Amino acid sequence: MDALTIPPVDLGLIAPLLVVVTWATGLLLVDTFFIPVGRKKLTGYLAIAGLVVAGLVGLPLWGVSGSTFGGMVRLDPFALTLTWVFLLIGILSITMSLDYLPRQDIEQGEYYPLIMFAVSGMILLAQGADLIVLFLGIETLSITLYILTGFAYPRLTSEEAAMKYLVLGAFAAGFFVYGIALIFGATGSTRLSEIGAYAADRDLGDTNLTLLLGGAAMVLIAFSFKAALAPFHMWIPDVYQGSPTPVAAFMSVGTKGGALAALVRLLFEALPTLNAYWLPVLAGLTALTMVVGNLGAIAQMDVKRMLAYSSIGHAGYVMLGVMVAGEQRGPEAFIFYILVYALSNLGAFAVLIALEHQGEEAWQLDDFAGLYQRQPLLAVAMAIFMFSLAGVPPTAGFMAKFYALTAAWEGGLPWLALVGVLTSAIAAFFYLRVIIRMFMTEPEGEPAPELNRGLTIDIVVAAAGTIIIGLIPAPIFALVERSAVALGG
Amino acid sequence: MLEPYVPVLILFLIAVFIAVFVITLSALLGPRRSTPRKLAPYESGMDPVGPAIRRIPVKFYVVAMLFIVFDIEVVFFYPFALVFRQLGPAGLVIMGVFFVVLLVGFIYEWKKGALRWE
Amino acid sequence: MLNAVPLPAVLTLAAALFCIGLFGALSRRNLIGVLMGVELMLNAVNINLVAFWRYFEARYITGQTFAIFIIAVAAAEAAVGLAMVIAVYRHYVTVQADEIDRLRG
Repeated sequence: MDALTIPPVDLGLIAPLLVVVTWATGLLLVDTFFIPVGRKKLTGYLAIAGLVVAGLVGLPLWGVSGSTFGGMVRLDPFALTLTWVFLLIGILSITMSLDYLPRQDIEQGEYYPLIMFAVSGMILLAQGADLIVLFLGIETLSITLYILTGFAYPRLTSEEAAMKYLVLGAFAAGFFVYGIALIFGATGSTRLSEIGAYAADRDLGDTNLTLLLGGAAMVLIAFSFKAALAPFHMWIPDVYQGSPTPVAAFMSVGTKGGALAALVRLLFEALPTLNAYWLPVLAGLTALTMVVGNLGAIAQMDVKRMLAYSSIGHAGYVMLGVMVAGEQRGPEAFIFYILVYALSNLGAFAVLIALEHQGEEAWQLDDFAGLYQRQPLLAVAMAIFMFSLAGVPPTAGFMAKFYALTAAWEGGLPWLALVGVLTSAIAAFFYLRVIIRMFMTEPEGEPAPELNRGLTIDIVVAAAGTIIIGLIPAPIFALVERSAVALGG
Repeated sequence: MLEPYVPVLILFLIAVFIAVFVITLSALLGPRRSTPRKLAPYESGMDPVGPAIRRIPVKFYVVAMLFIVFDIEVVFFYPFALVFRQLGPAGLVIMGVFFVVLLVGFIYEWKKGALRWE
Repeated sequence: MLNAVPLPAVLTLAAALFCIGLFGALSRRNLIGVLMGVELMLNAVNINLVAFWRYFEARYITGQTFAIFIIAVAAAEAAVGLAMVIAVYRHYVTVQADEIDRLRG
């Protein structure tokens, strides 16, 4: 037998990922052995420290492009910027959980390492250049999220949400791997670049083309499920409503960011030559997603469910950038939208947490009545997030939507941009409804919301970010422009 | 195309034939005299102890789950065992890292008391 | 001798197994049954991968490796799934999917 060579491994290229994974593994042991019950907040602080360190470790990698592990993992500015965004999502989610968990009586040290593992799955999705790596990334993210969804263990709704999520998620995983197997059968490789080269160079022939298209279709179904594109969105409202609120917040931005980053790579590295096949399908899905998400949100009187439907709608706007990622503007719009959506949405969920008391659900629209008179600052913050999600200037949400819509328009999908504008107009209705409730109605004798340090920091950071990016978007534009260069072809 | 599999088919048919033949023959020829003792469930010749279907403590499921995870995660050792000579020391280091990860999981479940029976 | 079974036959077997698993996962009311259906789907994929590997040049070992990854991930998923079934059972005292319906809206 021939001597086997292990491909050279450059651990520097996966430094942030490596830090997150080792830190989380170590933290699990530290938490089990040294941190006593009741002081688990310490684990949370350590987890935040780990995510910060991972972000700092990434700094010297700016501008570096390269791949390692035999081409299975790739680092480029696109992946690195997304990594930072994902780390930020992780940090904000942990900050809002610090006081939420003890208040709900579900404080367990494992929560924080699990969030870190989920973040590592997202980073893997951004860096993966091989279908196997993408599969591992998506499963790392999903399996940890199944556990986190059911984390409020004695609460029945949490268990039920976790069960639903797991069954449907495992189902999607089945489609994903079957699709990968067919693509492997058609091209003889799972490496994205090799699949792309094979599809571009050769006349595929009927059999291989059918296999490849069938495989691609099944993989797209799986991604649509993970990123909550209609008509694969049915699980979203139930799962968000049942899961602990910080987990729902994390999930709403995390799964979208991770899954769609991987989709960008898949579409534009492995399947660019087949875009005549997938573009119409994805465009249809995107249009449907925007319509279904925003129309569904109108009917909701429960703000948490409304945010769930709104997250479906926003998946559609993110997809606008994904579909035209072959052009420079596409990936720019994608990263920018994910960042802005993360800030606004995490902020909105943090306000929900502030209104939530132990064992009580205060998510009905009526719970927001007269919030301005009870807690003026909280109401103003919520208004900022709602304006941003609705895409009203001068918030960051307006910039993000504008960016995504122009990217689609210039990328040759003007009709889709029009659908986006129309659905945004619909969306404004239900976001403004919350604001009107807060400012125009009298309070109905609700107890004052509980604000504590972690939540305050979260809300302030998110609100400040939303406003600052809305007013002075230039630095972020510069960042995403340089991140998007490596892609596009 | 499928000729090499003809012997398998023949073997399969013979097996089916013998099974059917023996059961039919004993059903036709054997006398049937039922006694309570004969109708009782067979438990290695002992008197039956308790009902056959009963609830199993949930602890069994926990242990079974842990077993599934560890039993299957070590599947990566099989390909390694096949080629470890060709891989040399580098392969050993990589598998060492993998082993440490497994070990962390093991220490965690041990410390959490998942392995304690009572 | 080894290539006596043509590739399409193996692929058909895998596709059939996948569809049986899909049907099981969709039609079963028992949550354990649903999980079994999903496992069947994943194992159908393994047959596919190994078959493709066997009928390609042997240097594409990706098929084999990926099959092992799927086995490992499926085990992790099954363990989490079974843990949840136990947790759900303790509360609802049922594992029938349509009797677990508190989330509505």
